[in-house]
Amino acid sequence: MSTAASPQSSPKISKISEAVIRIAGNSQDGIQAIGGFLARLAGRSEQEVMTFMTIPSTISGGPSIFQVRIGSGEVLSAGDEADMLLAFYDHSYKAHLSSLKPGGIVIYDSDHMKAEDISEENLTKYRHVGVPISSLTVEAIGGTGRDKGKNVFSLGLLAKMFDLNVTKLTRLLTERFTGKDPKVAETALNAFNAGYNYQLATAPELFQFNPGENVGLSQVVMSGNEALAYGLIAAGVRFGAGYPITPWTDIMELLRRELPKYGGSFQQCEDEIASISMAIGASWGGRVAVTGSSGPGISLKTEALGWAVMAEMPLIVVDIQRGGPSTGMPTSIEQSDLNIACFGGHGDSPRVVIAPSSVEDCFYTAIEAVNIARKYSTPVVILSDQGIATRIEAFKEPDLQNIVQDISPDLTPVTDHKPYDLSAPDGITRHLAPGTRIASGKYPVVTGLEHDELGHPTGSAKLHVQMVAKRRNKLKKLASELPVPVVYGAAEGQILLVSWGSSQGPVQEAVKLSRAAGHAVSAVHIKYIHPLPPGLDNIFAGFSHVFVVELNDEGFAGIGQMGALIRTYIPDAKIRGITKTDGLTWKVKDIVDRALQMAK
Amino acid sequence: MSEVAILNPTTSRGVNTNTTPVAPLLDADRKPLTKKEVSADHPTWCPGCGDFAVLALYFKLIERRKLQHEKITTVAGIGCSSRFPYFVQAHGAHYIHGRALPFASGVSLSRPDLQVCVFGGDGDAFSIGGNHFTHTARKNVRLTYVVMDNSVYGLTKNQTSPTSPIGFKSKTDIWGSKDRPINPIKQAISAGATFVARTTATSPNHVLAMMEAAMDHDGFSFIQCLSECVEFYPGAFDAAIPRKGGVFNEIPKEHDVTDEYASYKLADTEWPGLFGVFYKTQRATKNANEQSIIDDLQGKSAGLEPWQILKKNFDRMK
Repeated sequence: MSTAASPQSSPKISKISEAVIRIAGNSQDGIQAIGGFLARLAGRSEQEVMTFMTIPSTISGGPSIFQVRIGSGEVLSAGDEADMLLAFYDHSYKAHLSSLKPGGIVIYDSDHMKAEDISEENLTKYRHVGVPISSLTVEAIGGTGRDKGKNVFSLGLLAKMFDLNVTKLTRLLTERFTGKDPKVAETALNAFNAGYNYQLATAPELFQFNPGENVGLSQVVMSGNEALAYGLIAAGVRFGAGYPITPWTDIMELLRRELPKYGGSFQQCEDEIASISMAIGASWGGRVAVTGSSGPGISLKTEALGWAVMAEMPLIVVDIQRGGPSTGMPTSIEQSDLNIACFGGHGDSPRVVIAPSSVEDCFYTAIEAVNIARKYSTPVVILSDQGIATRIEAFKEPDLQNIVQDISPDLTPVTDHKPYDLSAPDGITRHLAPGTRIASGKYPVVTGLEHDELGHPTGSAKLHVQMVAKRRNKLKKLASELPVPVVYGAAEGQILLVSWGSSQGPVQEAVKLSRAAGHAVSAVHIKYIHPLPPGLDNIFAGFSHVFVVELNDEGFAGIGQMGALIRTYIPDAKIRGITKTDGLTWKVKDIVDRALQMAK
Repeated sequence: MSEVAILNPTTSRGVNTNTTPVAPLLDADRKPLTKKEVSADHPTWCPGCGDFAVLALYFKLIERRKLQHEKITTVAGIGCSSRFPYFVQAHGAHYIHGRALPFASGVSLSRPDLQVCVFGGDGDAFSIGGNHFTHTARKNVRLTYVVMDNSVYGLTKNQTSPTSPIGFKSKTDIWGSKDRPINPIKQAISAGATFVARTTATSPNHVLAMMEAAMDHDGFSFIQCLSECVEFYPGAFDAAIPRKGGVFNEIPKEHDVTDEYASYKLADTEWPGLFGVFYKTQRATKNANEQSIIDDLQGKSAGLEPWQILKKNFDRMK
C-alpha cells in the first residue's frame, strides 16, 4: 500500500494485498472493539488477520492502541509499520505518527486537533485526513452530547476507505449489539452508517483488497487465550481452579462460564496456592485438571508444582507470561518465565514445558499438553505470553468432531497396582483414580515424600536414586518421541534464527525479508521447550551462526533464557542471543538488522 | 501447526497395573473391613501420642459404616498427625504443608461420589493453612476435617503453635509465648463452617460419636480433637481428663446448635472448655451449588455431544 499522493479531485481506488491499520486512543474508547470487528470481518472474508494491542495497566483510562493487519496472503506478524493511523486525540497522533510508513494516511479527529497545528514536515511526510469524528458521532446517535459510539463511527470510515463488506460488517454489529435493548444495535448501526456515508472527498486514496487465498475455508476468529481455553475443553479437561491475575484471567472467566455445559466446573480460589492444590486434587480424582496464572502467581505455585512432579501427577499449569520480575509490567509482553517454568522449585523436579506460537497453535498446544500429562503422568506447563493471549487471529476451524477427546476416569476394578512400579517396561508411573477397587487390598498413597513403589515413605538412598532417575527418564523418553523441529528456509546457510512462543511469526518474516535481500538466513521454531526435542544439533551444524530470538534479558552470560537452555544441551559458542525487554512484540526489521550485524 | 502431534493415550492404565478382570462383587456381598484389612503402615508416632486413638477410631468408623477400601479417601498436609494417610489401607494423599483442604476440595468437587476425610494438625490448619480453613468453611465444601490439636509443633521438635497458650515455653518462645492463641471453634463458626465440634483423644466414645456425626453432615464438617504430644507438650490437656483430675464437660443438652451466637459464646468457656457439637446448620454446599449450575447449563444443551457444544461456540466466532 504505497502509492504516491494523488492530485485527483475524486479519490482513486488502489488494489492492495494487505494493510496495517493502527487505531490509537484511550482505553475506554472501545478501539479494541473496532479491531475485533475488523479481525472477525477478515476471518469471514477468507483473509488472514493478526492483531496487536496495548492496554494500560490502570483500571480506567490511559492511552491504548489496537493494530490490525489484514492480508490476502500469509500474515505472520502484526506488522512493523502502519499503512494507516486512526488517531482519536492529539496525544494519540503525537505518540503514534512515527509508527506510520512515510506516505501513509493518518485520519485524525479534527474535533480534538486543529489542521493548522500540524507541522509542515509531517504534512510532507504523511497524508492527513481530518474528520470531526466526535461531533459527527454525537450527531449520528441522537445528540446525547456523548461520543461513546465514535469507535463504530470510525469503523464506518474504515469500511469506506477499504471497501469492506458492509453486509458482513452490519451483521457483525447486529450480532454484537443485539441484547436486551434493541435500541443499542440501532444506535450502533446509525453511528456506523454515518461514518460510512461521510463524504471522504478529502481522502487521497481509497483501497480494495485483492480476494483472499483461503477461499472456501471456514475460519474462526478468536484471541489466544480463548483458543487455549477452548483447546483445554476439547482435550477433555473438566475441572480447573485459579485466581485472577492479568493476563491469565480471561481464561479462567471463560472456563468458569463454559465448563458447566460439559458437566465440569472451574473454581475461583482464595489464592494461587489453593488454585493449584485444588487442580491437583481434581487431577488425582482421575481427570487431568488445569490451573494457571501469570508472573507472580506462578512463583506462588511452585511448591505445589514440585509436589506434582514428586507424586507424578498429571496436571496442566498455564503461564501467560508478562513483564517481570515481581509485579513488573503487567500488561507488557515478555518471555522471561522460561526459567521458572522449566526449573522453578526446589530439588530436582523435571517437568514438561511447551509453548504455543500463535492463536491457532494455542488450541492444539492445549490438547497436546493434556495428552502429554496423561501419557507420561506429569505436570505440563503451557508457556503462552501476553502477546498471543490478547491478539486476535483467524484460523481454519478445527475438525471438532474428530478432535474433541474423552478422558473420563476409568474406575474398572483391578487385581493389583503399584503406581511407582520401578520395573514397568515403559518406566512410566500411572495412577488409579480413588474409587477404583484393587482386589489385592493393597492401596497406593500419592505423596511428596520420597517413596517406594506403592507410594509409602522411604528413607532409602537407593530408592531415592532410583526414583529420581525414574522421574527423569520418563521425560527423556518423551523427548526421544518428540517431533524433530523443521527448518524454515534452506537447511544450510549463514544464520539460523531460533524462535519460541510468539517470536515465531516475526522470525519467519525476518527470514523472508533477509532472503529477499540475498542473505542466507533460515529459522527453526522450538515448541517443545523442556525437554528439548531431538535433532537440534544436526540442524545447527548447517549454519555458521545460531541466534536465539526471545523477549527477555541477556543476563550475566549475554544470552537469553532459551539460549542458555539450548547451550546446556549443545555447548557451542556460535549459539548467541538476540533479546530485548521493551515490552513490545518484535519488529521484523530489528531482528534482521541485529542478526546481520552480529554475523559480521 | 494445525493438528494434534501428540495423541491421546488410549488408556490411562499402564503396564504397571494388573488389569486381569476382577469378578464384580456386589457391595452387599462384601464383608465389613477388619482393622487388619484397613490398617497399612505402622504409625510413626511416639508411644503414647494421642493420634493413635484417633486412627483407631477412624478404623472403627470405617468398620461400623461398612465402608469399602475404594470409597475411603484420606487426605492430609504436613505434620505428625498428617502422616495419617500412610496408616490407612485406602486411596490416600499426603500433600504439602497447609494445603490439604484445597487439595481435598478438588477431590470432593470433581468426584462427588467419594467420602473425603482430611486429617491434620494445628499448625497445618490454623497457621500455614489458615487462609484455606476460612475459605473452605465459608464455601461449605462437602468434606470432613479432623484437626488433631496438640498445641505445639511436634514434627519440627517443639516450636510455638497457633493454639499454644500464653506462657507456653517452646524453643521459639523460651520465655513463654506472648501471642494470643487461636480459638479454633470460634474461628470455624465465624468462617461459616456448618458443622463444628470439639472432642479429645482421651474420650474414645466421644471421638467416634463426633466423627460419625461429622460424616453424616452434608457440608464442611470440622472437628477439633485435642490430642496430646507426650514428647513436647505432656499434660497439655490434663484439665480435660477426669482420671488425671480434670473435667470433661459436655455441651449442655439444651444448647441450640443452630444458634450461631450462642455457639460462639459457648466456645469462649474457660479452659479446658466444652466438648460436643457447638454448631450445626444446613446451608447449600459448594458441591450442590456447582451441580445446580451444571444441571441448568446442561439442560440447555441436552442431547448434544461435547464437540457439538463446542461447535456452537465456534460458530459464533465466525
